[in-house]
Amino acid sequence: MATAQTKETTYIGVSKPRVDVREKVTGAAVYTDDIQFGAALLHARVKRSPHPHALIKKVDISKAKELPGVRVVVTGQDFPYFTGLYLKDRNIFARDRVRFVGEAVAGVAAITEEIAEQALDLIEVEYEVLPGVFDAVKGAEPGAPLLHPNLGDYEVPNFIFPVPDSNIANHFKVRKGDVETAFAEAATVVEHTFKVPHVQHVPIEPHIAIAQVDGDGNVTLWASSQSPFAQRNLIAKSLNIPESKVRVIAPLIGGGFGCKAGVTMETIPVAIAMKAGGHPVKFRLTREEEFYTNFVRQGLTAKVKVACDKNGKLTAIQNQMWWDGGGYTDYGVNITRAGGYSGTGPFNAPNIWVDSMCIYTNHPVGGAYRGFGMSEVHTGIVQVMSMLAEKAGVDFVDFLKMNVIQEGEKVLTGMTMHKTGIKDCIEKVAKEINWGVKDAPTAPNRKRGKGIAVMWKAPAMPPNAGSSALIKLNEDASVTVMVGGQEIGQGTFTAMAQIAAEAMGVPFESVKVKGPIDTQYSPYEWQTVASRLTWSMGNAVRNAAMDARHKILEVVAEAWGEDIENLDIKEGYVISYASEESISLKDIVVYGIPREGYNGWVGGPIVGSGSFMPSYVTGLDKETGQGDRAVVHYTTGAQAVDLEVDLDTGQLYIHRAVSAFDVGKAINPDLVRCQIEGGFVQGMSSAIFEEMRLVEGVMQNPSFVDYRIATTMDVPAKIDAYIVEAAQDDGPWGARGVGEHPMVPTIPCLANAIYDAIGVRVPNPPLSAEKVYLTMLDNGVVK
Amino acid sequence: MSVTRINLTVNGSKEVVDVPSNWTLLQMLREKMALTGTKNGCAAGECGACTVMLNGEPVNSCMVLAVECDGAEVVTVEGLVQDGQMDVLQQTIIDAGGVQCGFCTPGMLISARALLDRNPNPSADEVRAALVGNLCRCTGYIRIVEAVQTAAQASQ
Repeated sequence: MATAQTKETTYIGVSKPRVDVREKVTGAAVYTDDIQFGAALLHARVKRSPHPHALIKKVDISKAKELPGVRVVVTGQDFPYFTGLYLKDRNIFARDRVRFVGEAVAGVAAITEEIAEQALDLIEVEYEVLPGVFDAVKGAEPGAPLLHPNLGDYEVPNFIFPVPDSNIANHFKVRKGDVETAFAEAATVVEHTFKVPHVQHVPIEPHIAIAQVDGDGNVTLWASSQSPFAQRNLIAKSLNIPESKVRVIAPLIGGGFGCKAGVTMETIPVAIAMKAGGHPVKFRLTREEEFYTNFVRQGLTAKVKVACDKNGKLTAIQNQMWWDGGGYTDYGVNITRAGGYSGTGPFNAPNIWVDSMCIYTNHPVGGAYRGFGMSEVHTGIVQVMSMLAEKAGVDFVDFLKMNVIQEGEKVLTGMTMHKTGIKDCIEKVAKEINWGVKDAPTAPNRKRGKGIAVMWKAPAMPPNAGSSALIKLNEDASVTVMVGGQEIGQGTFTAMAQIAAEAMGVPFESVKVKGPIDTQYSPYEWQTVASRLTWSMGNAVRNAAMDARHKILEVVAEAWGEDIENLDIKEGYVISYASEESISLKDIVVYGIPREGYNGWVGGPIVGSGSFMPSYVTGLDKETGQGDRAVVHYTTGAQAVDLEVDLDTGQLYIHRAVSAFDVGKAINPDLVRCQIEGGFVQGMSSAIFEEMRLVEGVMQNPSFVDYRIATTMDVPAKIDAYIVEAAQDDGPWGARGVGEHPMVPTIPCLANAIYDAIGVRVPNPPLSAEKVYLTMLDNGVVK
Repeated sequence: MSVTRINLTVNGSKEVVDVPSNWTLLQMLREKMALTGTKNGCAAGECGACTVMLNGEPVNSCMVLAVECDGAEVVTVEGLVQDGQMDVLQQTIIDAGGVQCGFCTPGMLISARALLDRNPNPSADEVRAALVGNLCRCTGYIRIVEAVQTAAQASQ
């Protein structure tokens, strides 16, 4: 296991320029849709369910097959196997039942996209419409229409707890102390139910995948993917073929935010290509399909009750969560688990009760979204803490400092909290926003307020999610680093180059980290999710670099007859502290070193390897949620905003946003700040503008016109990002991840600021101008 | 679908292209001419990823029929590099940290170039207004707006 280092570093903590950027600004960068396949390419389209819940009585593809230009038509009858990242509850195409509007029922490949589209109209599907579940709370009640009667038979890992003969796909519980007695004895109690709507990731690049299957059944898939290795595994499972027959190639990706993790639409072109006689088959989602046929962020209803003593010290936290998982919850069940084991937010109390339930509904399918449930959980828990502090008469910043989790305390699952800089984060943002000072509005028709919020998040993944890396040295002493983690915009290739350069002792400029990720040649990486790469893949790269370094030094030690302890690599040269000799890596890393007197050679081409896998994560008791160590670590942070509310329109004007996150150690501080800024804006966008409007399972606003995301005109003039560093014991140079965290506290931060401005609470996102205005009208703030 | 022959200039080169009458300029650029720097984000004129300059004006190339471009001059992101030299905007957006996944970047750069061509010294508000049709989900925009202003200053 790697340990934090204290010695002086050259490339760690330095804002080196991104390694992937020149190709991106010149249009040379290759994304999946840019790969040319020539005239052999077939184009796929998908026949989708118009019903949220129905039995499939008959699918007739005979007319579609006869349309000139159509080469392949497939249905669910062709592919009986189940797949799914955690709970295996999905088929590639619906077989006997559809469970959400837009579910794939049949697939077509034709020589043009237009012909494929025309063929869809010729596929006749007979349905028997069933009553649906459109509310997670109702869906959990006995007597609700059952979506998956075979839930009890599905394959599931031992940390997910489905409730057979119900719509509850996972029920995660924490039971610690006695909340009922604590509520009865408390000085102050607050309870509120919060609702967070479904939202979409909307990467600017829609999902796209091209599949080709050769005569021996070997599958090659080019996909815009955060998870080429997980996809190799899941596609092999869904087609009942060995992993070695599936090769996934993942070029650069135009935004993911979680929706390109796990597997979704990528199985469809593979299934079609199996029957396409060697032709490559391209499937690209339209923007409308992107909105509701693939992963969405689950909706959440959270009933939160908290209590404190007369000094404002928390005594009890109860959080009951109903997650609207959608028609399939293969990935959503683990979001529910993460929501459960982090269900208190970063707060400490002696008495805790958490229920986190993933409910099947006839809504779009929930999947990973930047934050993995934490934005939704924090919407309720942070606002309710603000309400409690006010009712108890305690300043909220004082309340936070008194009640946030500290090193050495037990978190809700019983794990001992590691070193964390959360208090420093709170103090930093409070100071920067001038907490406690009421600033004047800039216009008479506006009210001004400040809000503050805190957060925590742990990487959510299987206990043994692994990373690996390979390093090879080239003739010119340049260093090629091969990894399986994806560059999705976060800058991971740059950070890995810095880690390799530092660990080896070579110039940053000599290190190359490039895609595409190719499961046939790249070393294994579980998935590019969970803000885990800097920490996990960073450790693997560091180990590989140290391995390569050691191999080089062994060669030189032998050739020079020196003790390896006296040798070092600096800026591309091996130097001896004993003999004061030096030799350029160029002369030795491929060709080795001649022994004296032409008496043979030492060494040869240098290749280093390294891997990393956490070994210490334990299970949690099914009934109490207690265990030694539920997660690898928590990244914490705080955010504050200063905003105005327009009394005539309800519109928000954010003057300033300040964020501070404890990243353990910033490998590249400017890239960390980029994540913090961009994350704030994505959080702000989801907080103010975004909501998938679902009526009886049908999305009403599947376009950028009707589902607005933040533009240049909506962002504050200034977003300040501060880095706090409380080192992670097993992170490379102490680093832990921060990719998702910046958007997690934003909804409650804005909601708290709006409350501070207008004196009434708008608890549920989106905090739209319309909703803010109507809330002011209803409460007599405006007339 | 009938095919029409059109003459146009793309990134300074004269081109003769036979293109189906229902194809968009975006399709023609990407699929006939392999100029894949211009991106397809929505095919509905809503995201700006496909922005190119058509006769000096930024347009969503997914909303322009290729046959309309007979006689036109088109500049794509590939055309911003001249004689191996990047446009000043390409350097300032790198320096500002205004690129993450990079998918919106080509369209963003074309909109910014069109702005600076008509207004060499824009205010921050003018930059924001000019880029409002270019959606970005990664960066939060602030660094991109800064990059455009820095490029304007560097060109003074």
